[in-house]
Parts: sequence; structure tokens; C-alpha cells
Amino acid sequence: MAEQPRTGTDGANPARATGTPRLLVENVYKRYGARTVLDNIDLSVASGELCTVVGPSGCGKSTLLRIVVGQEGATDGKVLIDGEPVRLPDASRGIVYQKYSLYPHLTALENVLLGKVLEHPFYRSRSAVAAHRDEAMELLARARIAEHADKYPHELSGGMQQRVAIAQTLIKRPRIVLMDEPFGALDPGVREEMQVLLLQLWETYKMTVFFVTHDLEEAVYLGTRVLVLSQYYTDDRGPAAGTDRGARIVADHALPRCALPTVVKSAPEFNDLVLRIRHEGFDPGYLRHVRDFNLEHPDAFQTLTPEEDGRATGRSTV
Amino acid sequence: MRLPAYFGVHAAPSPWMGRLLVIAPFVLLIAVYLVASHLRLSENPDDKILPSLAQMADAVDRLAFTRDPRSDEFVMLQDTLSSLKRLALGIGLAAASGLLLGMNMALFPGMGITLIGIVTFISIIPPLAILPILFITFGVDELAKVMLIFLGTFPLITRDIYGTVKAMPREQLTKALTLGADELQLVYRIVLPQVMPRLIDTVRLTLGGGWLFLIASEAIASTDGLGYRIFLVRRYLAMDVIIPYVLWITFLGYSIDWSLRQILQRRYRWYQS
Repeated sequence: MAEQPRTGTDGANPARATGTPRLLVENVYKRYGARTVLDNIDLSVASGELCTVVGPSGCGKSTLLRIVVGQEGATDGKVLIDGEPVRLPDASRGIVYQKYSLYPHLTALENVLLGKVLEHPFYRSRSAVAAHRDEAMELLARARIAEHADKYPHELSGGMQQRVAIAQTLIKRPRIVLMDEPFGALDPGVREEMQVLLLQLWETYKMTVFFVTHDLEEAVYLGTRVLVLSQYYTDDRGPAAGTDRGARIVADHALPRCALPTVVKSAPEFNDLVLRIRHEGFDPGYLRHVRDFNLEHPDAFQTLTPEEDGRATGRSTV
Repeated sequence: MRLPAYFGVHAAPSPWMGRLLVIAPFVLLIAVYLVASHLRLSENPDDKILPSLAQMADAVDRLAFTRDPRSDEFVMLQDTLSSLKRLALGIGLAAASGLLLGMNMALFPGMGITLIGIVTFISIIPPLAILPILFITFGVDELAKVMLIFLGTFPLITRDIYGTVKAMPREQLTKALTLGADELQLVYRIVLPQVMPRLIDTVRLTLGGGWLFLIASEAIASTDGLGYRIFLVRRYLAMDVIIPYVLWITFLGYSIDWSLRQILQRRYRWYQS
């Protein structure tokens, strides 16, 4: 499938884009038996972006994230980090899950230090801890959880645990931080605090973040870019393909590249965008054709197979 | 509202009453024994089935606090040391191999598929049924006894550790890899410290079986040991020795369990939650 002709409807071939994107996902499919979950996913994320991914539940957001981290393989297609194909999980990609990010047998500080301690043989653990303690404490302080450094995860609340989990990931300075609904299990108030914290850390550490969430407001508030992943669309494959149509990126919005206070959540433009995305991605009755997706972000690109785009047969531009 | 002190699902016994209630069945049991023993002995002073406290104290004094004229040793001490050595060796080997096997089988699917069938198979064989094979193969010395305890307990420990590691969230393993761990570090620096307290718990449970296999093997072929002594004096209906020995074994078992529990509470504070 990788060799078939494709058309770049947005005219932005990733190979021609200036500089190598931090994350490049091209023609990625994921099938479980006969069921297609991800259907020809194309996306390119530049360094420094806080890219959020939203979509209806069960559309395959987390699957996409697991493919990027390397926990699962794509059925077809390629995933590159800084131009290098990803394989099994490694330190180039950090990850924060909704839960289970922390190790129950280590204190908050030890959890953060783990990434550094593992760089040394076990008999030098003690000196590794001494060498990196200040760095870990600094990260915990930035995550505003330093006063609980010596507590075990079970002694911390959900929000505190996620603060530690973010610090734990940052100590390795990964090229991209993947987040899988990290604030999904938190109370609304704590959730908002965590969103503000994430934006602060993103600015401080110039992180590149790929953030999966089902919460539209969170996606629009946090993101410098919002990708909408949805199975509600149509293409030229006809009704026969209807049952076997997986999710793809149906919209790609560029947002201001700066952290904003939470009051923007009540601004009319903010709510308009949320409503628009809800319509684009979450409405099963609204099926836009693949040629007409709202891919307005400059890094957006889309490759279509001749079956998907009947008009394009023989008009390959690859 | 007053909660009932004893009856019903809402009963809330006070602390001192709780302590009293714990002791009550023991007191009752001892009282019944003493009465029955007294009745039998007053009928026939040579009766051996229910010895009096004095007779038992006599036997303990003879076995525990005076040197045996033939071997010049304290018999009970010698029995205890021999038995504990066998138990420690058998359970220790089972714990070490069960931990390593279970952990690696759970983390490396190739190894898991290869071994889970045979481990399950071995775990279902009744260990006592192969006791003759062990005596034939490993001789009637220490090795056969240790092997019986080992074979009787290691499949259970292996399967328990296997299940525990299998049940660990997959996210934890991926997470470790993204923190730079390689596969060996994943096994020995991420997973091992997390299953250690579980191993202690599993050992606590398998110790019951361990004692069973220890006493069974000592009963059949041995020259010392707690089980050997009990089955030796059984021929003379020496209940005055058997009862103190059983109590002593119970005490040893309880002490080991208590010590393991202390280790769990002190070293693995995070585990209890």
C-alpha cells in the first residue's frame, strides 16, 4: 500500500516542508482483524508545538498515541521522530498516562530520579541519586509538588500524582512528550490548575507536546494546534467501505502559539471554535468528504488513495 | 445509638472485650483438655493418651534441657535446627527460583509460552505421591527432603509471581522504557523491587505446605528432626512428647510468619495500600 500513487490535496508534501518535523506520521493504518481503527493518518508536528488531539470516544486517539510511543505497531505506514523511524519505546519519547505513570514502590522524588538513575549501573545508584537530586527537586518545585517529594504515590492525590508524573517525564528531556488524557480523571478545579501548570512548563522547557483528550474545551484551551480525529466522514470508496472506515484527521486548526489565561474559556471566539469542532468531529450525521476537510494549519497535509478520492485517479503528485 | 456488643452484623466489641474474646477459645480448649486428662488419669494413672501438664513438663525437661546420654546433645534443639535448616533450604530455593521464573515468564512472552505449561503440570502433581521417586533418586539424606519441600512449593510461588507481574499495568513497562530502561533493567530494577513484598506474602502462604512436606519426609526417612521425633515416639504412644512438639512447631510457624509480616510492614510501607 505504501507505494501507491497519492495526491497532496493541500499541496504541502512533508518532504518539501522546511526543516524536518519533530513528529511525522504518514499513511498510518491500524487494523484489528477486519476492523479498521485508524485509516490513512497523515500529520506533521513541528518542534515546540503543543498539539492536542480530540475526537469522539473510541475513535482511536489512544491507539494513535500508542503507535507513536511504540507500544503498538501500525498495520501500515510510517512514524518518524526527527526523521528517524520509531521502533520500540525509548527515551526519545516521554509519556504521561492518565494513571499508572508512577511506580508505587518509589517516593515522588525517586520516581522523578528514576530516569537518571537508570543511566547508571545499579551499584552506582547512590551516587546517581546524589548527582541528580538537585535537578529532580528543581523539576518537582516547578511542578509545585516539592514539599511532597518524600511521599509515596498512594499518599498523593490524583492531581499531585500527575504533577510528579510530568516532572518524571521531563527529567529525560524527551524530544516529544506524549500525553494520554493525563487530566481525564481529575476534578474540574484541579484539572484547570493542571492545564495552567502544563502551559507554564511548556513555555519554560520549550516542550513539544502531543496531547490526546476527549475534552474539547481542554484541547482548544491548551493547544497551539488542534487535530480532530473522527470516523464521521465520507469518501469515494462508496457505501461498501462504509462499515470498514476508520478514523482520520478531519480538521486541523491553528491556534495562537502562546499560553493564555483560563478566562479565554469564556470568550465568544473560544466557544465558537469549540462548537465548530464539535460539529466537525463529533456529529455522526455530519459527513464531510475527505476532499473538503478543514485542514487549515500550515503543517497539515493529506494523502489520499485513488479509491478514497475517485477524481484524482492518475493524478499522482508523489 | 448503641451498637450491640457481640451479636449481629453491627456488633462493635470494645478493645478489652476483643482481647478477652480472642483468648476465650484457647482457655476453653485447655480447660476441656485438663478436665478430660484428669478424669482419665484418676481412672488409670498409667494412661498415656491424655498426659497431665506435669508429665508433659517432665518430657520437655528431658528432651530440651538435659543432654541426651547417648548423643550428648539437646535433642529438641538438634531436632529444631535440623528441621529449620531443611525448611529454610527448601522454601528459600523455591522462593528464589519461583521469583526468577515467574518474573521472567511474565515479562518475556517466549519464555512464558515455553514454561507455563510444564510449571502448571508440575504444580498439579501431588508432591507426596512422588516422594518415593525422590528417595530413590536423591537418596534418603537431606537432598530428598529439601527437594520435596522445593517441588511442593516452587510451582505455587512461580505461578503467583507470574500472575502478579502479568497483572502489572502495561503502561508501567512502556513508561520504564521511555525513561531509558533496557530489558534487563526493566526486569531487575523496575519489576523485581515491586514484586518482593508479594513474594514475602506468597512465602507466608506456602510455608504451611512447606511444614507438611518437611514433616512427611522426616517421618519416612530421617535420623533427626521435629517430624522424625513425633513419628518415632508415636510407637510408644508418648503423647507427653508429641503434644509439646506440636505446640513448639506451631510456635515456630507463627514466629516465622510474624517476622515476615514485620519485614513487610517496615521495609515495604507502600505495599499495604
